[in-house]
Amino acid sequence: MDVSAAFSAAIDLIIGLDPGFLGIVRLSLGVTLSAVLIAAIIGLPLGALLALSRFPGRGGVIVFVNAMMGLPPVVAGLVIFLLLSRSGPIGFLGLLFSPSAMVLAQAVLVLPIIVAITRQLTENLHGEYREHLASVGLTGFRAIPTLLWDGRFALATAILAGFGRASAEVGAVLIVGGNIAGYTRTMTTAIALETSKGDLPLALGLGLVLILLTLVINAVTYGASRAGARFAG
Amino acid sequence: MLARRGFILTLGAALTLSSAVLAQDARPLAPPAGSDAGTHFITVASTTSTVDSGLFNHILPLFKAKTGIEVRVISQGTGQALDTGRRGDADVVFVHARASEEKFVAEGHGGPRRPVMYNDFVLIGPRSDPAGVKGSSDIVAALKAIQTKAVPFVSRGDKSGTHQAELALWKDAGIDLAATRGSWYREIGQGMGAALNTASGMNGYVLADRGTWLSFKNRGELDIVVEGDKRLFNQYGIMLVNPQRHAHVKQAAGQLFIDWVLGAEGQKAIASYKIDGQQLFFANAADGNA
Repeated sequence: MDVSAAFSAAIDLIIGLDPGFLGIVRLSLGVTLSAVLIAAIIGLPLGALLALSRFPGRGGVIVFVNAMMGLPPVVAGLVIFLLLSRSGPIGFLGLLFSPSAMVLAQAVLVLPIIVAITRQLTENLHGEYREHLASVGLTGFRAIPTLLWDGRFALATAILAGFGRASAEVGAVLIVGGNIAGYTRTMTTAIALETSKGDLPLALGLGLVLILLTLVINAVTYGASRAGARFAG
Repeated sequence: MLARRGFILTLGAALTLSSAVLAQDARPLAPPAGSDAGTHFITVASTTSTVDSGLFNHILPLFKAKTGIEVRVISQGTGQALDTGRRGDADVVFVHARASEEKFVAEGHGGPRRPVMYNDFVLIGPRSDPAGVKGSSDIVAALKAIQTKAVPFVSRGDKSGTHQAELALWKDAGIDLAATRGSWYREIGQGMGAALNTASGMNGYVLADRGTWLSFKNRGELDIVVEGDKRLFNQYGIMLVNPQRHAHVKQAAGQLFIDWVLGAEGQKAIASYKIDGQQLFFANAADGNA
């Protein structure tokens, strides 16, 4: 296949600003950012809590969370699908084949990454600053906000890792979203669809746009954290 | 402090985007349709052949313009689409495997089944034609030749309508796949497009519906080798999911869609869909035996 055809398809997509294509980009970003936001709101405190707490079976919990970083998206998708199906336990909500279902599936995939990396980072930081924190009265769980704030640049990388997993993922959103045109079609499910229609240049063109978007988001985050580090000293 | 401000800005942007996405689930309601007051969309479980061929892109805007109802189509193999209906995750099922559809209706999952349209299957193979079947209109003889010469054959293997039709044709040819299949018979468990891509990659034979073939772009060395056999006929049927089993099924709006598809306007819209001047589907709602 002609690679230049893929590049010209990508350029056409970007220059053409076709409303259908923009809708797909907006939905992809919206779903992924929502999922990462939800996973971060739950995962950051949870990871820190796990770092500072001591209870029987803690080692087992850590191993489990670390292992869930490798949860296959298609399995996560299937479980969410069975839960949300009209014949499933929470089917009455009618969420299957909707953007909300896709956010839920991706949040499940991103959460273990954020919890696991936050746990490790916070544990290291706490080991280093325990006495210093205690001397200003921050003992036990009261140290969590300070630890998270001090580790924010490293934690941004954890969140980016989560973003990368969610934005690249196709298995889960395909199952729970249904790839409905104009409603639950994302960049990755559109790529899968165009591949199956044999329009490989368009599929690869969409892929190039997705990679470009990911680059921009990472560049912005990097720039922001550099600027932040300089001003925060 | 800039870092904190940047973080808050990012958070704000993310929140705005996520609320925009989640708001899509609760869009303003369209005019009421029948007794499902406030219905603005229905979900239709259909097959890869109707979606990949572009038929829905052609007919659904017409239905929406008339009724204001958005039709959300999920494309699956026929077996899977019927299962989606069984679980109550769709309002209408629009598929092509008559025996499975009749079973679905007999089990009380929905119905009645109505014929909508037909197209036909074609045997696709490499232009070099290693099985020597090109130009024939005898599908059974062609399958026998493929099996005898053990030339690569790609099977959908996904319980789709096309897969079921393929299995029935092997049976017609008197070939017991379980006993005779070898490495030449390659089940991929995926959709029509994926099967065509695979056949294109390994220069094998594959049974495809004509609609998907006509709209398929990555043909490589492939071409139609056998067509026109009566046994390659491919009938599509439509049915409402049983609202007695699944109370949330949008009965009025779903029936409205079915009536439109079977009525003069829908049938005309189906017949007018063409790719490169070729008609893809032939409307036959009036044929009681289909």
